[in-house]
Amino acid sequence: MSRAANEATDQGLVQILTPEGQRLPNQMYDAYLGDVDDDMLRGFYRDMALTRRFDQEATALQRQGQLCLWVPLRGQEAAQIGSGRATRPSDYIFPTYREHGVALTRNVSFSEMLRLFRGISGGGWDPRENNFHMYTMVLAAQMPHASGYGMAINLDQHGWDEAKRAAEGDAVVAYFGDGSSTEGETHEAMVFANSFNAPVVFFCQNNQWAISVPFDVQSKVDLVHRAAGYGMPGIQVDGNDVLAVLAATRWALEHARSGKGPVLIEAMTYRLGAHTTADDPTKYRMSEDELAWAPKDPLIRLETYLRENKIADEAFFAQLAADGDEMAAKVRKDAMAFPVPPLAKSFEQVYAEAHPLIQEELAWHLEYEAGFADESGAGEK
Amino acid sequence: MTLAKAITNGLDKILQSNDRAILMGEDIGRLGGVYRITDGLIDKYGAHRVIDSPLGEAGIVGGAVGMALRGISPLVEIQFDGFVFPAFSQITTQLAKMHARSEGRLTVPVVIRIPYGGGIGSIEHHSESPEALFVHTAGLRVITPSNAHDAYWMIQQAAACQDPVIYLEPKRRYWLKGEVDTETPALDAFKAQVVRPGDDATIVAYGPLVPIALAAAEAAREDGRSVEVIDLRSLSPIDFDTITESVQKTGRLIVTHEAPTFGGIGGEIAARITERAFLSLEAPVLRVGGFHMPYPISKVESQYLPDIDKLLEALDRSFAY
Repeated sequence: MSRAANEATDQGLVQILTPEGQRLPNQMYDAYLGDVDDDMLRGFYRDMALTRRFDQEATALQRQGQLCLWVPLRGQEAAQIGSGRATRPSDYIFPTYREHGVALTRNVSFSEMLRLFRGISGGGWDPRENNFHMYTMVLAAQMPHASGYGMAINLDQHGWDEAKRAAEGDAVVAYFGDGSSTEGETHEAMVFANSFNAPVVFFCQNNQWAISVPFDVQSKVDLVHRAAGYGMPGIQVDGNDVLAVLAATRWALEHARSGKGPVLIEAMTYRLGAHTTADDPTKYRMSEDELAWAPKDPLIRLETYLRENKIADEAFFAQLAADGDEMAAKVRKDAMAFPVPPLAKSFEQVYAEAHPLIQEELAWHLEYEAGFADESGAGEK
Repeated sequence: MTLAKAITNGLDKILQSNDRAILMGEDIGRLGGVYRITDGLIDKYGAHRVIDSPLGEAGIVGGAVGMALRGISPLVEIQFDGFVFPAFSQITTQLAKMHARSEGRLTVPVVIRIPYGGGIGSIEHHSESPEALFVHTAGLRVITPSNAHDAYWMIQQAAACQDPVIYLEPKRRYWLKGEVDTETPALDAFKAQVVRPGDDATIVAYGPLVPIALAAAEAAREDGRSVEVIDLRSLSPIDFDTITESVQKTGRLIVTHEAPTFGGIGGEIAARITERAFLSLEAPVLRVGGFHMPYPISKVESQYLPDIDKLLEALDRSFAY
């Protein structure tokens, strides 16, 4: 590893904004925050607040029986907005199934995001439009995809020098959690990415819980320590601090993009809500645990910072709340209005090229269903 | 040329004509693969296109999926049939479903080459026939050549296909020699082929058992029986039209594969042909396959594998109806 890489690894927990909303100087990472002005700070808060409002609306929709499932992200907004805002549009993102905040930073519409959970799509949005891949439900299956995508970037940029890569090159961000960290595919993905210097940032949101199993069952050491074992720099960052996450991810993307290989980021955060709407955290964790993390809420600390430094006033927050309600109402309306595609559509999507079995079964299906149409038609007469 | 060399030449052709095509697998670079199928290709195309991967089948297949998402056409090698299972989740939950999940927006034209089948006197996990598991998975295509000419063309057809293709290589036939016409493309990769015409019974075989089915048909001729042999070639989709046409003529059908009979492709063919050609059948469709056991120790594998005598015995049973 280069000196710079070790410098990143040796920082300890990177924190720029304390839970009390105080901004700390940072010799290494302040250089990655030079462009962060008041507008951007308000923008980050807006991103996080809208994401939380969306999350709340989607949770309600599920509770009302309108979604098959919802995966709340409350508590993880800073980790997602900070990292997502560090990417370039040409970078490719592999999310898990909880990256609603990252999706916002990639301009995936909140409404579109509900198509998967509404049960009318297996994916939901067009990954090619925003270089934001579909959610992956099989834990860690997206990790080798990220390494392979990074290897493909290397193929495309074969022969580019470091400066050209830094300026024009692409990178990949692979999101995963402390739960996915133990899957074999995470290990293989990290080996492959390191062996081939793939430009991948492995971004772990360590939210302390893999559904009901606490982090200390997943690992005896902080995950950041694993980076050295693979030969890449590792950064542990306060995941509830949007500025620290932004700076660390920018550093990591710069490192990866310029051809120096992958980076592991462990963002320390906490899932304030349930794993999914099918989960019941009261069965496995103490409310004291949740109460201890509540004051570290990523929105609270940025709000405190914005208010105390007079970057945002009451009118800003009031307007944002109104905007959030408006967005939520639109999302709800859109979700309820999604047409349900006929099963016949699913036949067409199994293969890219013509397939005799699909054609045969589709023909049977259409004929069978048409039989019911005839019956109902006859009844009407 | 040998079937192995035909695959090598096919891969060479793919790499030459498509600079977005790459090969990846364990020991496929410097060594040329444990069966030397990729021999010499690293020198010709470089280590960035003929990639010696770390050991990790999920990483290989998952990596190929990621590459395909950026427009690369990866052809990956799994070293042996029995070693594909660490990649099984990637193949079935990711590769096979990507096109459907994305509502047809994403294609992942990955080719997975797997040497398969027994009869080589090897130790465990080196002689298996796991094709039914892939055939059962919608979204995948599964093909297997039985001769050098098909091997040369079908690997290229697999690479050109926009769907993921499992390309099963009959490893005990790697050294089988045959003419390869490099000018005239083979039949559509997803069609079956009548490789020996006959009138009294049909044997459907694929991959390593095609030469055995042909030999059984020859032996049956001495008993005055005219046996048609169909090389299935594609296991998903299956070309039922060609089989149906044959059975409508012969009235008798034997399906053979090394894979266990139970839950195997023979059962699917038997059911479909019973539906399609019920009134033409003179006897039930019979199957000659492996037993319901892990692939046996090599010293007794000859008793496990379908052979000429087992096929003749099945023909006798069929004709006894």
